[in-house]
Amino acid sequence: MAVLSFVEIFEGKIKKASVEAAYYGSKVAAQLGTDSVAVVLGAASAEELATLGTVGVKKVLHANDARFNNFDSKAFSKAVGEAVNAAGANVVVLSFNQNGKLLAPRLSVRLKAGYVPGAVELPEFNGATATAKKNVFSGKATAHYQLNTEKKVIAVNPNSLSPVRGTGTAAVEAFATTLTDADFSTVVKGADLIVGEIPLSEAELVVSAGRGLKGPENWGMIEELAKLLGAATACSRAVADVDWRPHHEHVGQTGLTIRPNLYIAVGISGAIQHLAGVNGSKVIVVINTDPEAPFFKAADYGIVGDAFQIVPQLIAEIKKLKAAH
Amino acid sequence: MKILVPIAKVPDTTSKIAFTDNNTKFSPDGVTFIMNPTDEWYALVRAIELKEKQGGEVVVIHVGLADSEQIIRKALAIGADKAVRVDADPTDAYFVAAQIAAHAKTENYDLIIAGKETIDYNSYEVGGMIAELLDLPCVALVQKLDIENGVATIKREIEGGTETVEAKLPLVICAQKELAEARIPNMKGIMGARTKPLTVVPADATEKLTTVVNYSLPEKAKECKYVQPDNVAELVRLLHEEAKAI
Ligand SMILES: Cc1cc2nc3c(=O)[nH]c(=O)nc-3n(C[C@H](O)[C@H](O)[C@H](O)COP(=O)(O)OP(=O)(O)OC[C@H]3O[C@@H](n4cnc5c(N)ncnc54)[C@H](O)[C@@H]3O)c2cc1C
Ligand SMILES: Cc1cc2nc3c(=O)[nH]c(=O)nc-3n(C[C@H](O)[C@H](O)[C@H](O)COP(=O)(O)OP(=O)(O)OC[C@H]3O[C@@H](n4cnc5c(N)ncnc54)[C@H](O)[C@@H]3O)c2cc1C
Repeated sequence: MAVLSFVEIFEGKIKKASVEAAYYGSKVAAQLGTDSVAVVLGAASAEELATLGTVGVKKVLHANDARFNNFDSKAFSKAVGEAVNAAGANVVVLSFNQNGKLLAPRLSVRLKAGYVPGAVELPEFNGATATAKKNVFSGKATAHYQLNTEKKVIAVNPNSLSPVRGTGTAAVEAFATTLTDADFSTVVKGADLIVGEIPLSEAELVVSAGRGLKGPENWGMIEELAKLLGAATACSRAVADVDWRPHHEHVGQTGLTIRPNLYIAVGISGAIQHLAGVNGSKVIVVINTDPEAPFFKAADYGIVGDAFQIVPQLIAEIKKLKAAH
Repeated sequence: MKILVPIAKVPDTTSKIAFTDNNTKFSPDGVTFIMNPTDEWYALVRAIELKEKQGGEVVVIHVGLADSEQIIRKALAIGADKAVRVDADPTDAYFVAAQIAAHAKTENYDLIIAGKETIDYNSYEVGGMIAELLDLPCVALVQKLDIENGVATIKREIEGGTETVEAKLPLVICAQKELAEARIPNMKGIMGARTKPLTVVPADATEKLTTVVNYSLPEKAKECKYVQPDNVAELVRLLHEEAKAI
């Protein structure tokens, strides 16, 4: 028996979301008294993969095959299915990130395994079944999913747990799949990455602003605050809809769902559709002139005040803090 | 081109979320049900646009009970040609996907366009499951989809940007925002929808891989700590020392 985590590489490095998945996998392995194994598809250095040992992975199955350098859900499902057999795994753990959201349900079908899409905590095992919590109704409630099958697939919501690094080194083993060229069905033609910025979906700190800023020309202070904190910027749909900000920044029910450690909302009212995308954040700070703004009900810290006065002071105070540390 | 669009029924976002029977059942009291927005605004409309350009047929499929008829008629009013309802309560994603795959196996669709997620269970799973059941390629989080000579050119979301991929039909797509502009049904569409075919079929016997045993609501509303606007330094101190967030 083993717990197998699916680990992705981006530009030679293990994705942060995958480190979380591997750490979660190791925790589940400890619950079950079995080994934590990871599978990596595509090019990666052995040194990088060995670092998975720091989050408890004992062994890495590495299919160092360039055909896997781009994600292809059908081919990946087959390859990870083979790794599950090779490792004798009963539980497969992935990140509930862009690729995981598609690969995990495919694996659920392939393995006839009950699946939790977006677990927020470790599962509880109860004989042959397991239950895990997942957010439903856009974060307004939690559902307790029971997995009725022998094999289980769990996709972990990003930022649900903070991996604690130890000192281990994982053994990296070459892993050969049986895939032929006919198993690959999609061809990547190019990518358009927003360079120089922190991807919003990966960011631990996020500074977000809405219609309270009055116009796109006023975002300078938001960008400055974000840069100072090493944060990503986000916005409400209302401002993306009028092109004050690009649509990829819009969070909420119809935009991205994020769970950063810190979400600072400036001049955003906190409509339920906006909250749906951010209410999983660990700490929420709201700056708004209206003491009745619904966002304060979801906030940990609030300032009732004018963004144009508060944000510059916030920048100055954070500079002081940074200078002192 | 024959296109299948699976549509889900969900509570309207402004609905009050409550549970009954010891938190084991979602309470439909006072809840308005609608077509899942991603399915209505993006998946269905893009399917109709592709049909308008290249000819063919758009079929919507829904797994649900008779009270879903309204959302199915709405899909027909927006422009789908036919509808199929699998008569069963959808209580497990694998069960839902298996019903849709069973129908698709008999019909040779060129394209299946699902939504990326429903706004109730937020699971992002039915589309991928259908693809695996049919052994088809699948691309998710799709923002752009064009088809030429049986090849799809697709823009999908990845971490920190987008990626352009090509895939041959038949294919499963999971749609998200930007794929199309929502359409509001017009009078002609609404009238026409009444006479378009809606076939009701029984469900295939399929096991459930999961069971939602119960639900819980957030413990209590957060207590917001207010900081005076003339004391921003205090906010920074709290974020650093208390919340340890910066
Ligand atoms: C089906 C549906 C889906 C939707 N999906 C989304 C979604 O995904 N994401 C999303 O964000 N929205 C979504 N919306 C829209 C949502 O309902 C709100 O309309 C939107 O979030 C409002 O944006 P806002 O907070 O920027 O603007 P407003 O609601 O106009 O709020 C502006 C706020 O700024 C405050 N303010 C004004 N001046 C200042 C100042 N000088 N300093 C500080 N504060 C100030 C005001 O008090 C107010 O609270 C959706 C709506 C629908 C119907
Ligand atoms: C009383 C009740 C009990 C439930 N118990 C469980 C449970 O025990 N385990 C569990 O996993 N879920 C349970 N559910 C959730 C329900 O089964 C979901 O409808 C199902 O899991 C599929 O929705 P999803 O959110 O997973 O879809 P997603 O994967 O988020 O949806 C993606 C896309 O799939 C398509 N789609 C989704 N549902 C349908 C549908 N019914 N018909 C046609 N197309 C569809 C749409 O295109 C949608 O955009 C329960 C629901 C109810 C009302």
